[in-house]
Amino acid sequence: MTAIDEATAVRVPGEVSLRHRMSDLFLQIGLLPILLAAMVVFFAVRETSFFSGPNVSNVGRQAVYLLLVTLGQMIVLLCAQLDLSVGATIALTSVVTASTMSNADQPTAGTIMAGMAAGLCVGLVVGLVNGIVVAFLRVPSFIVTMGSASIATGIALIMSHGAPVTGVPSEFTSMFGTGQWFGVPVPLFIGAGAIVVMYVVLSWTTFGRNIYAIGGNEVAALLAGVRVKLQLVGAFVICSLLSSLAGVLLTARVASGEATIGGSFVLLSVAAAVLGGTSLFGGEGRLAFVVLGVIFLGVLSNGMNLLLISSYVQQLVLGAVLIGAVAIDRIKPRIG
Amino acid sequence: MTASGIVDAVPAEEPGGDSADREVVLGLESVSKRFPGVLALDDVSLDLRAGEVHVLLGENGAGKSTLIKVVAGVYRHTSGRVFISGREVRHNSPREARSAGVSTVFQELSLVPTLTVEENLFLGRIPAHAGLVSRRAMRRRAGEALRRIGVTLPLKARVGSLPRSAQQLVEIAKALIDDARILIFDEPTASLGDRESDRLLDVIRTLAGSGIGIIYITHRMREVRDLSDRVTVLRDGRLVATLTAAEADEERLVQMMTGRQVDALYPGIPPEPGPVRLAMSNVSGPGLHDVSIEARAGEIVGLAGLLGSGKSTVGRACFGLSAVSAGTITVDGKVLRSPSPVRSLRHGVVYYPPDRRGEGLALCRSMLENLTLGSLRKAGAQRGGFIRRRYERDLTRKSVSRLDIRPGHPGRLMQFFSGGNQQKVLLARGLIREAAVHIFDEPTVGIDVGAKADVYQVLQQLCESGRAVVVISSDLPEVLGLCHRVYVMHEGRIAGELTGDAVTESNVLARFFGPPADPAAAPDTLQERS
Repeated sequence: MTAIDEATAVRVPGEVSLRHRMSDLFLQIGLLPILLAAMVVFFAVRETSFFSGPNVSNVGRQAVYLLLVTLGQMIVLLCAQLDLSVGATIALTSVVTASTMSNADQPTAGTIMAGMAAGLCVGLVVGLVNGIVVAFLRVPSFIVTMGSASIATGIALIMSHGAPVTGVPSEFTSMFGTGQWFGVPVPLFIGAGAIVVMYVVLSWTTFGRNIYAIGGNEVAALLAGVRVKLQLVGAFVICSLLSSLAGVLLTARVASGEATIGGSFVLLSVAAAVLGGTSLFGGEGRLAFVVLGVIFLGVLSNGMNLLLISSYVQQLVLGAVLIGAVAIDRIKPRIG
Repeated sequence: MTASGIVDAVPAEEPGGDSADREVVLGLESVSKRFPGVLALDDVSLDLRAGEVHVLLGENGAGKSTLIKVVAGVYRHTSGRVFISGREVRHNSPREARSAGVSTVFQELSLVPTLTVEENLFLGRIPAHAGLVSRRAMRRRAGEALRRIGVTLPLKARVGSLPRSAQQLVEIAKALIDDARILIFDEPTASLGDRESDRLLDVIRTLAGSGIGIIYITHRMREVRDLSDRVTVLRDGRLVATLTAAEADEERLVQMMTGRQVDALYPGIPPEPGPVRLAMSNVSGPGLHDVSIEARAGEIVGLAGLLGSGKSTVGRACFGLSAVSAGTITVDGKVLRSPSPVRSLRHGVVYYPPDRRGEGLALCRSMLENLTLGSLRKAGAQRGGFIRRRYERDLTRKSVSRLDIRPGHPGRLMQFFSGGNQQKVLLARGLIREAAVHIFDEPTVGIDVGAKADVYQVLQQLCESGRAVVVISSDLPEVLGLCHRVYVMHEGRIAGELTGDAVTESNVLARFFGPPADPAAAPDTLQERS
């Protein structure tokens, strides 16, 4: 112990010890890529079909829904807020989208567009309500979004009478649900587009800068002349819109409007964002790592499915991963 | 608990005795502390004797905080040896250090504001018999601890409801309950007014008199003079020298701290008052009564006063952080209606808050992001919401060299900068805006002499380029050395206005407790009596 300590205390210009370089590297990239790689190797060894083409594209498609929601959740977390209404937004979007489309006698491209637009309007409204109440009335986002989640779920159940809304045009499902371009599922293109847009927003716009600053120190942002309230509303609207987009795609995937579809997304989106190093206290979080966090959860659940692990056990594992991710986030600064 | 042999070795009370004979309670031998990429402490050796006040002096980033954190068990030293009462220790946690007799009063107090004084005193160490809380033992020990520092505090009051100075006393009493033999103070007076500071210094002297070894970090030369037995100067993580109080004159210390000569701290700026740029007329609001001030182009206006005199409220009111119920604020002749940060900035007022960590900077973000925060549009570094990153980088580089921000690495996180450099980043952000009026609240609080000189230089440049500069300060020498005109405030009112040669210490102090009796009338009444 002391031998190592004494050795490292000697300052040699231009030469950093391997141990320090390793710990610097570890602090830079964190545990996630290592865990992800280990997990991929584990599943590939245990189950040969893991790397098969259909399975890989399946993992990708499944991950897109979570990706969209997580990108939204990330923006909200960056402001040191939390959105617990993402799941309910997905559910209400699904019901509204399906209802709008199934009302038409003769489905056309216009019907499909109208249904999708109606679905996205759900996100817009939920986001505006969340954002305005949080920013202007200063109610904690935890409470506001929990309440709005209940409201949205209630509306979805009332509209659907608790049953799946059928009659979704097959063109819609074959395009956005099962469709492929160049052999790649369509949702993957949408997911990739969302990543690009989010990258631009976070790194190249003043809005992105302001979001990070608000999470870092809201008072400082205010005193620097940032319109804090507007940016907060913007963050919640983006989060809900992305959730709605996921809801529209999921509706296409399951070919019906479901009021019970979004339940697990709250926990999963927070878990993925935090796994990717997003701080629950705001101001910290990098897009690439959040995407890795989503892939991590996607691979984990796919691998567990392949190994025929029951959904009950999976539930347990996911909870443990969330707690573990936050715990690691808390102890990380002490390493080195 | 304390080793009885050691207690026997120390003469119980020896007032005025030569402290060099006293027992060494803390010894550091070639202690180094390395963080990834930085050697924060480099081969530092020093000792602390029982009953001694040992001042640590150094610029921000010199290693003072690292040193005390090593002693307090927050960090583990990378090499070297630490002795407490002659026994080598290697603490793994603040808790271990506390049980070894080391207590620290950090800048950020470690009290729970919602609990009472008594509950805070015994937080984590409630005396109990068979699992039952012994209220009587708590009461008795709390009383003893407070008696030792010679103060009375309401034990039942919530800590959050007490003023900051009283909270510090609670913190000290807490340390005494732990039987601390070594007490560490990290700039305890930084947020206190003069009177509270004096009271605290008295308490610290009492503690030293009772045989406790005290390490005291400060930036205030007055405290070095009044309090210290010995002074150790650190620079860049190394120990420059340890001096006795007699050897430690101010000039020498400053030179040791900065490694250079600071000839004149305050730039002599010739006053060239131009047109009025900021005018408050008859402004009232919470904590403000009928305040009228003005600041002209090319002028540095000071606002002096005791803590709670309303001098800070004036600055905050101009920025919409404190309500204005009556009166008008005018900037360059245009009335600033219902001020808010956004509106005030648009009118050309920049406000620099006193608490740069709490209100000024996002510490977990980079220097570049902090520097341009909110100013991208003003600086032309964005177009339609999109940042022109190359332009922004150039802008940052210019600011870094203009203000000599160190290290000048734009991507470095703000929390890793020293206080002085954090303040410079805050200044740089304000300068980008090219505003008409710059209001500084405690512009140099907690920063070292070198950075102070740099800050004053910026004020000078602002002044010379025709801006109006308002300096709100509790640092009297700063007000006297810097300002062309001074308003003294008392209980939310302007107690006096002093210009030019009338800006003297006695004139300012005389108005700290209210406006002077009518100077014209005073001699008359005397004559009548005689």
